[in-house]
Amino acid sequence: MSTTIAGVFFVLSLVLFVALAYRWFGDYIFRVVSGTRHSAVERVLYRLVGVNPAGEQTWPVYARSVFAFSLLSLLFLYGFLRLQSKLPLSLGFPGMSPHQGWNTAASFVTNTNWQSYAGESTLGHLVQMSGLAVQNFVSAAVGIAVSVAFVRGFARSRTQALGNFWVDLTRITLRVLLPVSVVAAIVLIAGGVVQNLSGGTDVTTLTGGTQHIPGGPVASQEVIKELGTNGGGFYNANSAHPFENPTPWTNWIEIFLILLIPFAMPRVFGRMVGDKRQGHAILAVMVILAVTSVILVNTFELLHNGTVPTAVHAATEGKEVRFGVSDSATFAAATTLTSTGAVNSFLDSYTALGGMVPMVNMMLGEVAPGGVGSGLYGILMLAVITVFVAGLMVGRTPEYLGKKISAREIKFASIYFLITPVTVLIGMAATMSTKYRETMLNVGPHGFSEVLYAFTSAANNNGSAFAGITVNDQWWDTATGLCMVIGRFLPMVFVLALAGSLARQRPVPASAGTLPTHRPLFIGMVVGVVIILVALTFLPALALGPLAEGL
Amino acid sequence: MRLPNWLGQHLAAFRAVLVFTVLLGIAYPLLLVGIGLLPGLHHRASGSLLSSGGRDVGSSLIGQSFVDADGNGIPRYFQSRPSAAGDGYDPTASGASNLGPESVEDTDGSPSLLTQVCARSLAVGALNGVDGRRPFCTADGVGAVLRVFRRDGLTGPATRAVSVNQPAPATPFVESFEGVRVENAVPGEDYSGGVLTPVRGDAPANPAVPPDAVTASGSGLDPHITPAYAALQLPRVARERGATEAAIQRLVDDNTAGRSVGFMGGKRVNVVRLNLALDDEFPVR
Repeated sequence: MSTTIAGVFFVLSLVLFVALAYRWFGDYIFRVVSGTRHSAVERVLYRLVGVNPAGEQTWPVYARSVFAFSLLSLLFLYGFLRLQSKLPLSLGFPGMSPHQGWNTAASFVTNTNWQSYAGESTLGHLVQMSGLAVQNFVSAAVGIAVSVAFVRGFARSRTQALGNFWVDLTRITLRVLLPVSVVAAIVLIAGGVVQNLSGGTDVTTLTGGTQHIPGGPVASQEVIKELGTNGGGFYNANSAHPFENPTPWTNWIEIFLILLIPFAMPRVFGRMVGDKRQGHAILAVMVILAVTSVILVNTFELLHNGTVPTAVHAATEGKEVRFGVSDSATFAAATTLTSTGAVNSFLDSYTALGGMVPMVNMMLGEVAPGGVGSGLYGILMLAVITVFVAGLMVGRTPEYLGKKISAREIKFASIYFLITPVTVLIGMAATMSTKYRETMLNVGPHGFSEVLYAFTSAANNNGSAFAGITVNDQWWDTATGLCMVIGRFLPMVFVLALAGSLARQRPVPASAGTLPTHRPLFIGMVVGVVIILVALTFLPALALGPLAEGL
Repeated sequence: MRLPNWLGQHLAAFRAVLVFTVLLGIAYPLLLVGIGLLPGLHHRASGSLLSSGGRDVGSSLIGQSFVDADGNGIPRYFQSRPSAAGDGYDPTASGASNLGPESVEDTDGSPSLLTQVCARSLAVGALNGVDGRRPFCTADGVGAVLRVFRRDGLTGPATRAVSVNQPAPATPFVESFEGVRVENAVPGEDYSGGVLTPVRGDAPANPAVPPDAVTASGSGLDPHITPAYAALQLPRVARERGATEAAIQRLVDDNTAGRSVGFMGGKRVNVVRLNLALDDEFPVR
């Protein structure tokens, strides 16, 4: 079987299993977030946290709960990272510096998992498993909770109530994330991913040298890193490291875990608004964008254009033999289409255009399918903008799922969309116009791409990198930390505000003039709006970086 | 006593962080550590260690260097891929080179990716007795790259050409370019006014030295090479070990894995296991 055909089968098998998961896992998540019966364990947790599971929250209260939880998580994790040397299992590593501690805490609490540190030489096991991995779970649950509250805004009418954040957080964590993680972790251990508390084993190699074989609770962190679209590697090399991703089939499982929840969320949406076709339409938008992107990265990497790839006769720099070029490219597309940011090959060494596609994936706003939860509310915001644009064309008040999109709603949606590009471009401009641009590893357009990628990744909460730049200094840690926090929490305010505004409305009956939002016309329009908005926003910056290098 | 709402939320948040830390940060990973102790999983959960003569000699998943103190490949061992992890295959510093596809111009103290590829190709070719030439590489193993100065900046006739990766006393890889004599680079001089022009040369497009032999992996710990690179090295190892090629081929086959499920990943040879088997069956005194 040729390399290309094998790569095609790899993608098709993922598509097949994700399609099955859309149906079954989507229905399962729907039952979790709409159920009202609580298990004994959940009731104990509610009592420990001190909340009443029956109490529904208005949008400002829901938002305050999200922010209170995230703020406390941030402070707790920051303290953990700073005080590491005083804690057990630190492996002798010192605490993090203040700026790196801020960056890392912000990064994991915002579901970004940008890493300005190298895991194996910076962090002990306790901080990884009890600090970082906990945020891998709960930051993912926060994203899903907010998206569910948003959909309740569409599904409910004449109410202020959007659900209870603490209940959503607990149920999603215990019933969705934890069971899948336990099962998948056991599978990964069987594949060779390590799971122990050892500080490592010193061995004498075959040639008489020494080698330190690391240990760590890796499998437990690896699964939730993918399932929660987090992406922060236990080791510096992330999912390229043989102890995180030892075989071609663990690679398949990790990609599947990345795609599992984001692609199931449109089903949850369809079920919640009581019209599965609406979920199919949103899924179709995601699939069109995702499949296009997977094909493009694969094509560019297999064609291996560029001086060095031509000299090598393949784009194998930064890629592992066990995965091969094609499955590495598919991973790169999956990780940037979602907000994961894990890598199994190093994007800085990709061909110019092959490396541009992951960047564009993030610039799409992480909506195809995006991060867990954040992808769904992101694409629904774009759908709102689309019905507005469609409404302008025919000159009538737009509506979506029976809710009027008036001035107030469209303002929320527009500001939501603008936050990320503004953050990216300001951060980018500030870096390039000051001495901090000297932190680039490569020179010329490729160096520009590194900086553009870094800010795009931070503000979109992806966390992958053109890893060449030196990001562990005060400027980068502070600036990208701010971008991550702004890019995560400010949009959430507008998502929840819009949800509150929609939930209060009484539904408008569909009429002959209503744009049906489950037909191919609408699907095509949303795809068009996504691409046009991104092109208008980022084309000038792309022209100076990857386009200048690749054409 | 009733707390104001904002304070109540933060108290609940504080308690939630603690509760989830205990549940997800202690109980969950320790459960899996426990499962990892079960027979059948224990070997893998603790790092797939390989032992020989009663002591640990590495992990079957983590690659090793098979070079001497000067960095030259030891001929009796199959060679691993180049590595960007520390000084090579250092698991305390996993990582990639992060050099881009147009990293073609050497700077002080750090060779470009192109030059690294060219130098490796030449060395691997010499070690295995094949042609190590590649496109865009000079005969002395650096990137064949000119800075061409033109009359009108980016256009117009060439006025000066410098072979940027070849300081004196190297002989420039071409004598002249568009009628201008090619100069050696002078270290420290600024050539940024010239147009960067890689020169393809006449090396075959598909060189004898395979791609994985000249490029570093993403982790720097890749334990595998392609069957093509193993085949290239096989005659040399057989000669050094005083064994027949068929005997060595059998060991290579034993340590070759196909694609998972028939279509996932690539066919690959585990270098660490292969060399361990070689030392067991065909020791060199």
